[in-house]
Amino acid sequence: MSRLAQGGLIDRERPLSFAFDGRRYQGFAGDTLASALLANGVGLVARSFKYHRPRGIVSAGAEEPNALVTLHGGARTDPNARATMVEVHDGLVAASQNRWPGLAFDLGQVNDWLSPFLSPGFYYKTFMAPGRGWRFYEGIIRRAAGMGRASRLPDPDRYEARNLHCDVLVVGGGPAGLTAALAAGREGRRVLLLDENPRFGGWLWKEEREIDGQPALDWLAAAEAELAAMAEVRLLPRTTAFGYYDHNLVAAVERVTEHLESPGDGLPRQRLWRIRAGRVVLATGATEQILTFADNDRPGVMLAGAVRAYLHAYGVLPGRRAVIATNNDSAYRTALALHRAGAEVAAVLDSRSDSAAPEVATVRDLGLPIHFGATIRRALGGKTLQGVDSDAGRFDCDLLCLSGGWAPAVDLYVQSGGRLRHDEGLGCLVPDRAKQACVSVGSAAGSFALADCLAAGNDSAGGYVVPPEGIGVEPRAPTPGPGKRFLDPQTDTTLADVGQAMDEGYRSVEHLKRYTTLGMGVDQGRIGQIPARLAVAEARGQPLAAMAATAHRPPAVPIALGSLAGREIGAHYRPLRRTPMDGWHAARGVSWQDAGLWRRPQFYPVGDENIDQASAREVAATRGGVGLCDVSPLGKIDIQGPDTAEFLNRVYVNGWKGLAVGRARYGLMLRDDGLVFDDGTTSRLAEHHYLMTTTTANAHAVLAMLEYHLQVIWPDLRVLVADVTDQWAAMSIAGPRARELLAGLVDIDIGNQAFPFMAVAECRIAGVAGRLFRISFSGELAYEVAVPADYGQAVWQAIVDAGGPHDLVTYGTESLGTMRIEKGHAAGPELNGTTTPADLSMARLVSGKKPFIGHRLLGREGLGDGARPALVGLLPVDGKTWIKAGAQLLTEAEAKPPVHTLGHVTSIAFSPELDTPIALALLSDGAERRDQIVYAHFPLHNEVVAARVTSAHFIDPDGERMRG
Amino acid sequence: MLIKCPWCGERDAGEFSYGGDASRPRPAEDAAEADWLAYVYDRDNPRGPHQEFWQHSHGCRQWLRLRRDTLSHEVLASGPAGEPLGDGE
Ligand SMILES: [Zn+2]
Repeated sequence: MSRLAQGGLIDRERPLSFAFDGRRYQGFAGDTLASALLANGVGLVARSFKYHRPRGIVSAGAEEPNALVTLHGGARTDPNARATMVEVHDGLVAASQNRWPGLAFDLGQVNDWLSPFLSPGFYYKTFMAPGRGWRFYEGIIRRAAGMGRASRLPDPDRYEARNLHCDVLVVGGGPAGLTAALAAGREGRRVLLLDENPRFGGWLWKEEREIDGQPALDWLAAAEAELAAMAEVRLLPRTTAFGYYDHNLVAAVERVTEHLESPGDGLPRQRLWRIRAGRVVLATGATEQILTFADNDRPGVMLAGAVRAYLHAYGVLPGRRAVIATNNDSAYRTALALHRAGAEVAAVLDSRSDSAAPEVATVRDLGLPIHFGATIRRALGGKTLQGVDSDAGRFDCDLLCLSGGWAPAVDLYVQSGGRLRHDEGLGCLVPDRAKQACVSVGSAAGSFALADCLAAGNDSAGGYVVPPEGIGVEPRAPTPGPGKRFLDPQTDTTLADVGQAMDEGYRSVEHLKRYTTLGMGVDQGRIGQIPARLAVAEARGQPLAAMAATAHRPPAVPIALGSLAGREIGAHYRPLRRTPMDGWHAARGVSWQDAGLWRRPQFYPVGDENIDQASAREVAATRGGVGLCDVSPLGKIDIQGPDTAEFLNRVYVNGWKGLAVGRARYGLMLRDDGLVFDDGTTSRLAEHHYLMTTTTANAHAVLAMLEYHLQVIWPDLRVLVADVTDQWAAMSIAGPRARELLAGLVDIDIGNQAFPFMAVAECRIAGVAGRLFRISFSGELAYEVAVPADYGQAVWQAIVDAGGPHDLVTYGTESLGTMRIEKGHAAGPELNGTTTPADLSMARLVSGKKPFIGHRLLGREGLGDGARPALVGLLPVDGKTWIKAGAQLLTEAEAKPPVHTLGHVTSIAFSPELDTPIALALLSDGAERRDQIVYAHFPLHNEVVAARVTSAHFIDPDGERMRG
Repeated sequence: MLIKCPWCGERDAGEFSYGGDASRPRPAEDAAEADWLAYVYDRDNPRGPHQEFWQHSHGCRQWLRLRRDTLSHEVLASGPAGEPLGDGE
């Protein structure tokens, strides 16, 4: 056990039990998984990505490269969790990753001995070269390499999202962030302070510090109390900002229940915060850097600051005999802390020639052995650290504390578009010029001294940044030599890999990064950032200041996909639009079809009818008697104003000046490029009042197009448009008996004389004031009834009740589609953005007397080509085989691709009246090929169907039924 | 991204729909076919400021004209779609 008898912020009154790789261990409330494992003397926690080398815990924070574990199990499996960030709760189950059969004995370690063959680009050169069978090797390689595995089960947890606006967002609750939040809060601003840890305070928890002559934790308690008392300040612990987007939008994820043993009902696992901030204060701190020497990845090698954190915050002593290797003053605090905790400090190896810093003097005064000008050559040992070999000799030790300087955490700052510069004195990249309304403060700006952090936070609202004061760092480029010298332990990228990539010509930092995978792991290589830059600069023979920084993109840390999906999953993925008669349909056990956001009845099965049987019955009953269909989703646009006729005249290809009040007309509209956009009927309800209908799919696009032309192109037209789709319930009553059914329900004369085809009137239907249109989509004698949406279900029910003696059927979209195909009406599959009016046999509709949208380009050469695919009908020669939608049309029964097809099948149906499958197609020279045989090829199913070319109007080509 | 609607003020981009290139004046009805072809098909893909149409679809439904930097997403100027843009405010 490495737990000290006292000290730390853990609650020793609350012991906890957890499991790691199947063994049970004890920890305390307040422990992280990493601190609890160290307290139990567990030094080996992982195997590395590529070489399967033994690895231990390196850090005490978010930068941890090695200690990645899989939490829980089953559907809640959470891979790649950083043990340093996981709060232990009673019953927590964790497992190491990337080893087989076990951590201590891992067969994958053979990769370490084979490593001369596993250099950068190895996979590409060896397996992916032509003829090398990458498909065969891929499975094996993917299994051997890699990180934890996600569950394939559906995520059982709940996630949610919240939006928040604030004046000042402070990211990071260390001394600089707290001071910034206090300063902004005291000015009465709306402040959000977030921190990824469970507690605010940052480094104040991790070492013994004083502020204003008081213990720093007293200052922290006072600061937190003051912030908590401010009404406009919100504090969010356990919340990680991972994305900084345009216009000061910051995304953060809050871990709401992950630290709890039993989460409780109704709470989400995580909460996504979308924060729009007036100003962002980035107090994200800095990350301590490793040093590069042979075998610098051995378990027992830790960051010097992390050792202080384990001692001070968790009461854990990670080793008994320590060596400290540093290039700056900060690591001397670790020597001091270890000494005070009773550990032996075997040596402080300082690569600098000397230092006058007070920490150094204190350590020297204690008589601890300091070796200036000494660098470390190699770490000794395997699964545990045995000692170090250095310029100053060999030292036995079980703990090696490294400090290669500090790198400001600039991920979010770079994401925001801010520029960095290399600071020679600090030896690292620091924020230079922000692009958005944000300021970096504290050690995130290179101000590593506590007093500077406090001052900077205080002045953050004014954008003032204290000139950073150094820690005396003297970085040096790592020297190559035998043994693996890791720059990025997580991706197993070594100094030699960088050298080799350089030799192969990967000189740009972005190329080098991708080729070697340097910094491409989930930790983004944070602890090796400075050594890696030094190594690359050295290899390029370039000063650090001249070297570009690599880009940072969201997310800065791995996040659960569930947190991005939030509540918008399953049925909540998008809104559902229901027609006013939805309840009636649902009660009939209808089969639904999605039409955009709408759900529409597809067919109304009787007994155990399938879709084909039900539709055949519905169509036959409608054509033979009368049918009722819910057509509410059709787009409806109310158009009013004295210039409406002129407006319609410009929008549609056909003329609108002659349409009388009380009449409807079919209209076809084009896009500017001359191709068909949409169609529908428009009715003149009153002198200056029209109602346009659109296809369901294009309802929004047509409205936006009309608004565009009225606002931008023709602002002089006195016309207003409004979408009224949701205001009306619309139902179609079609079939030879439609009139006799409806006559008993309306208060006007609907005889063919008084109310002919294309007539429109306001009237009462089943006692409800509404509108009646004599329009037909089915080709039958048909009426469309529209009543205010709230009356829809009542009127529908009244029609159904009255329909009993007339053998009324209700029919769905399947029958609607069948009847329109039988009639050769173009719909979505034919209005596909490639067809002209002539292609759809509607050339005679196009007015030659006026301009309209698209008229100028409709006349261009290519669109007038007579050989263009045109709308035709197809009948299977054998009278029974279905032709597949999407089938390609050829004149040959056998064809070997590539071939030039003559067109394709757009729509298919079974016609009960003709007792055969039928199809619509766009066929080159369609009119010329009437009565010829073509072959519909569907190579996906290896199908070829012989079909006879016919008119697209399979039934009642002269339209006598709908006019009768 | 935030877009400034001349009628509603700065709103989230999610409320708006992109409406295409606004840098090309619409040709007259009887303009040469080549002008119409250029208007419909030719597009620059500038890196930097660009005039665009947007509609405040989930707001006031007005069409706007923006000058937007395609690199930085900065909205440099906005106004009613039917009027030329000023130098920006
Ligand atoms: Zn608006």
